[in-house]
Amino acid sequence: MGRLGKFWDSSVGKKIVMGATGVILVGFLIIHMAGNLQLFLGAERFNAYSKLLKHDIIELTWIVRLTLLVSVVFHAVAAYQLTMRNKAARPEPYAKRVPQVSTYASQTMRYGGVYLLLFIVYHIGHFTTGTFHPAYSEVGTFGNVMVGFSTWPIVLFYLGAMGFLSLHLYHGIWAAFRTLGLARPSGDPLKRQIALVLAIVVAGGFSLVPLAVKLGLVH
Amino acid sequence: MSAGGLNLTLHVWRQSGPNKAGKIVDYPATNISPEMSFLEMLDTVNEGLITSGQEPIAFDHDCREGICGSCGVMINGAAHGPMKQTTACQLHMRTFNNGDEIWIEPWRAQAFPVIKDLVVDRGAFDRIIQAGGFISAPTGSPQDANSLPISKLDADEAMDAAACIGCGACVAACPNASASLFTAAKITHLGHLPQGQPERYRRALKMVTQMDLESFGGCTLFGECQEACPKGISIDTIVQMNRDYIVAAANEREEKAEMGAG
Repeated sequence: MGRLGKFWDSSVGKKIVMGATGVILVGFLIIHMAGNLQLFLGAERFNAYSKLLKHDIIELTWIVRLTLLVSVVFHAVAAYQLTMRNKAARPEPYAKRVPQVSTYASQTMRYGGVYLLLFIVYHIGHFTTGTFHPAYSEVGTFGNVMVGFSTWPIVLFYLGAMGFLSLHLYHGIWAAFRTLGLARPSGDPLKRQIALVLAIVVAGGFSLVPLAVKLGLVH
Repeated sequence: MSAGGLNLTLHVWRQSGPNKAGKIVDYPATNISPEMSFLEMLDTVNEGLITSGQEPIAFDHDCREGICGSCGVMINGAAHGPMKQTTACQLHMRTFNNGDEIWIEPWRAQAFPVIKDLVVDRGAFDRIIQAGGFISAPTGSPQDANSLPISKLDADEAMDAAACIGCGACVAACPNASASLFTAAKITHLGHLPQGQPERYRRALKMVTQMDLESFGGCTLFGECQEACPKGISIDTIVQMNRDYIVAAANEREEKAEMGAG
C-alpha cells in the first residue's frame, strides 16, 4: 500500500483529511455568505454579481465547484467510515454513561452533517440548476431568490440547515485546528471563541437572506 | 460502626469470565463509613458476599494510592466516578449520600475485553507502547546531569504527559472508545525530550498504526477523555500527536532493516 493509502487508512490520517477539507469548506462559506449579503444592495447589484460568477469568471467558478465537490465527498466519506469504526469500537454499551463535557454541537455533528449534505443537494437544485425551483430564470438571480424564499417550509428548511451549520462550525472549526496540529497548548483547551464568532457570523449572515425575503424587507 | 454509615444500593456488572454473558446485579451496601475509599467499600461488600457463600465482585487494584493505574471502573456513568483527577481508589465514600444508587461497570471497549466482572484486559495499551513508546538508548556510564539542556517549557509538557498511568479511563469515557489521549500522552512525553528525538516521527507512525490495529475508535474531540483522566492530561497532547503524525507521514521512508535503534 502506498503512503497516501496508509494515511487514508489510519484513523488520525482520515481525521486530518476531514479537518483539511473542512477548512476549505469554511473558507468557501465565508466568501459565499459575504457574496449573498449583496442581496441587500438591490436587484441590479445582485444580478451583476451573479453574472460575474456564472459568466465572466465561469472558469474560476468551475475550479471552485470541483474543489468543493471533492472536499465534500472526502469529508463525508471519511466521516462515514470513521463513524462506522467508532461504533465498532464499543460494541457493548454502558448501562449508564453520563457525558461530562460533550457539547450539543459535538453530539450533533453526525446528524447535522447528514442534514447539511441533503441541504447542499437541495440548495444546488434550488438556486444553481433550478431543478427544484418553480420559476427559475438563468439571468434573474435576484428574482429567483425572491420566489425561492416566498414559502415558509422552504425558509424553515434553510433556517434549520443554518442552525445545524452553526453547531457544525462551532465544534468543527475548533476541532479542525486541533486535528491539523495547529492549535497551541492552552490552559483551557475546550475554550473556542474563534469558532463561536465564526459560527454565529457565517450561519447568521446566511440566515438573514431567507428571513429578510420572507418578511418582505427586500425589494 | 458509627451512626454516620451509608446505606447504598449497588448495580454491579457481573460476568463469570471472558466471552460469557453478563448482567447488572443489585447489591445492598450497608453501614458504609464515609471515610472508606471506593475500593474499600467494594472490599466490605465482597466480605459479605464471601461470608454468605457467593462469588465476590472481581475488580482490578494494586497501589491504592492513585499512581499505579490498575483500578478503574465506570461509577455512575463517569470513569473513576464523580471526582475530577481522582482514581477510583482515591475516591472516598463521603462523595456519596445515604440512600444513593451507584452503577458500577467495567471499561467498555472492543479493545478492552472483560476478563471477569469489572476486570478488563488492557493489553492493547502494552502493545501500543511496544510499537514505539520507548527510547532506544545505548547504556554506558552516566552522563553529567547538565549535559543535555532541556527548556523548562518542554520539560513541563513532557512531565505533564508522562503523568499518564495507563489506567484506560480516556478510552472508557470516550464516546468512540478511542485511545488517542493515551497514545498522544506517550508521544508528547517522549517527543519533547532530547532523548526521544531520534525516534520521534517513527514513534508517532508506529504507535498510531498499532492504536488502529487494536480496534480503538478515532478522536472526535469531545473532550471527555481529558475530563476523565485522573492525571489531568490535556487534549493538547492529541494536537501534538496529530502534528507529529502529519510530519511523520510526509517524511516516511522505507525501513532498510527490521532491527536497530533510531
